[in-house]
Amino acid sequence: MSETAVTEPGTKVVEIDSHAINFGPQHPAAHGVLRLILEMDGEVVERADPHIGLLHRGTEKLIEYKTYIQAVPYFDRLDYVSAMTQEHAFALATEKLLGIEAPERAKWIRTLFSEITRVLNHLLSVTTGALDIGALTPSLWGFEEREKLMEFHEAASGARLHANYFRPGGVAKDLPAGLEEKIAEWAEGFPKFVDDIEALLTGNRIWKQRTVDIGIMTAEEALAWGFSGPCLRGSGVPWDLRRSQPYEMYSSVQFDIPVGRNGDCYDRYLVRVAEMRESVKIIKQCLAGMQPGPVKVQDRKFTPPSRAEMKHSMEALIHHFKLYTEGYHVPAGATYTVVEAPKGEFGVYLVADGTNRPYRCKIRATGFSHLQAIEVMSKRHMLADAVAIIGSLDIVFGEIDR
Amino acid sequence: MADEVAEAGSEPAPPPPTLAEQVATIPGVTAVTVEKGEVVARARADSIVEVSTALRDDPRFACEQMMDLCGVDWPDRAERFEVVYNLLSVSLNQRVRVIISTDEVTPVPSVHGVWPVATWWEREAWDLFGIAFSGQPDLRRILTDYGFEGHPLRKDFPLTGYVEVRYDEDRKQVVYEPVRLTQDFRTFDFLSPWEAITTLPGDEKAHAARTEAKP
Repeated sequence: MSETAVTEPGTKVVEIDSHAINFGPQHPAAHGVLRLILEMDGEVVERADPHIGLLHRGTEKLIEYKTYIQAVPYFDRLDYVSAMTQEHAFALATEKLLGIEAPERAKWIRTLFSEITRVLNHLLSVTTGALDIGALTPSLWGFEEREKLMEFHEAASGARLHANYFRPGGVAKDLPAGLEEKIAEWAEGFPKFVDDIEALLTGNRIWKQRTVDIGIMTAEEALAWGFSGPCLRGSGVPWDLRRSQPYEMYSSVQFDIPVGRNGDCYDRYLVRVAEMRESVKIIKQCLAGMQPGPVKVQDRKFTPPSRAEMKHSMEALIHHFKLYTEGYHVPAGATYTVVEAPKGEFGVYLVADGTNRPYRCKIRATGFSHLQAIEVMSKRHMLADAVAIIGSLDIVFGEIDR
Repeated sequence: MADEVAEAGSEPAPPPPTLAEQVATIPGVTAVTVEKGEVVARARADSIVEVSTALRDDPRFACEQMMDLCGVDWPDRAERFEVVYNLLSVSLNQRVRVIISTDEVTPVPSVHGVWPVATWWEREAWDLFGIAFSGQPDLRRILTDYGFEGHPLRKDFPLTGYVEVRYDEDRKQVVYEPVRLTQDFRTFDFLSPWEAITTLPGDEKAHAARTEAKP
């Protein structure tokens, strides 16, 4: 306030300047490397300007120099808490361009692990969101449960985080013996764990004070700002790609789509918690529906032969060598293929030019459009509420910065 | 069964126009194709705002959401950049892709007035490709480093970039230096000489004779 008011004698004019605060890039509540320039009016946020790109690794450029198989691991490293769903988008896009379709067991496995990944992601999102607001216990509990799920990832793919499991044409290898029973056992006990988390948070007075009516997005705003996933459903739009544009086996499993009403941080939290319960339902149905069978396309031009086959078949050896050096040539064309990642719509716009490398691979990162809306969501909120809003948007920078 | 007989007797109704046919009626759209089940419309770059507004507001399309905007670089073309808009209608459950093309100097009208989410996507296309958007008030770089030069997703930008960054212990600061590769950048040409006609090293003469012999 720069105007010099005419002051009566005896009174004092205090000039309040709006301050700029540098929030991050090393702030624990910034969920990674978010540098947020906040222009403050006292403790109220006037303007929020996120500076992103501190984790930019040029993934899209790198993929243009790799074969289609070599591009898959880059997708794990985008949103590293929901790795498999992103491989999924790339695998589906490549399959669409190649004109191949994964066999049924591979589809069930993909659906199963998409849902395990969803639980993994929501566990992290909900509990670290609570951590930002000051609740430590949920994250300690949640990380223990995440560890169990990452053991399933490890058993299936060999890696806890960077799975490289969903490949174009199917999955890398079949599930090891006994894993399905372990997952089934876990699925029995998990709803109890969700009850425990809810007992800590849902009715918690402090949690509600910090999240109810904070960061409200109406349905119209959420649509205009490109929201998807739980953030869009929290605003009351019943939109889920698993239901409306089903892929893999989602058309043959029963589940409900939780929808919020107010579009505030609390509703987004409730939607995520309810989605975890729905995911468990889908996991159980996947385990019930799965039949033995091949887990990748039985065309050696696209998927490698088994080790045993390579020991005695020269042709299998040649196929293996060609696949892992040259890869396969994808016919020219373009597709925008999407999956319902835990954070929302994750899309891959893949342009092929007939060679063995993608000509262009645009990654539609979910959090990119969510983070952009911080500006409108945190306006006239307190600084501490900006932290709650970031937590409720489920931001991961590996994905946003690419 | 009775209904079928009644229908067979009357004049067969023309099939309702497909989404592709409806999109083709928007002024400014030059061609509409269906690729792999996805509706792809090509439009004139100068009418992109009108096309976008029509796609958003017309109840036949109702594309409330712009999910993605990206550039594609085709250096051989006269207008080397494609700008691709991936639109989604939540209410009608359909997707439309709009593609326009532009060159390095001609700006594209910004659609941030139609979908506010476009701002960051346009900043990204500017940053990575150097596609300018007219009417965009906030056309800053977004993903690359502060003070970065060049547009890294262009095909003529090398994968290794031009500068590398390290912390200099003597000067106690981060320094930028030209990229030095300890081994040559390895890129392999996998175009098989049996599938595509390429000139093999040492075979230029024979190849020239073969290609020039053609009328």
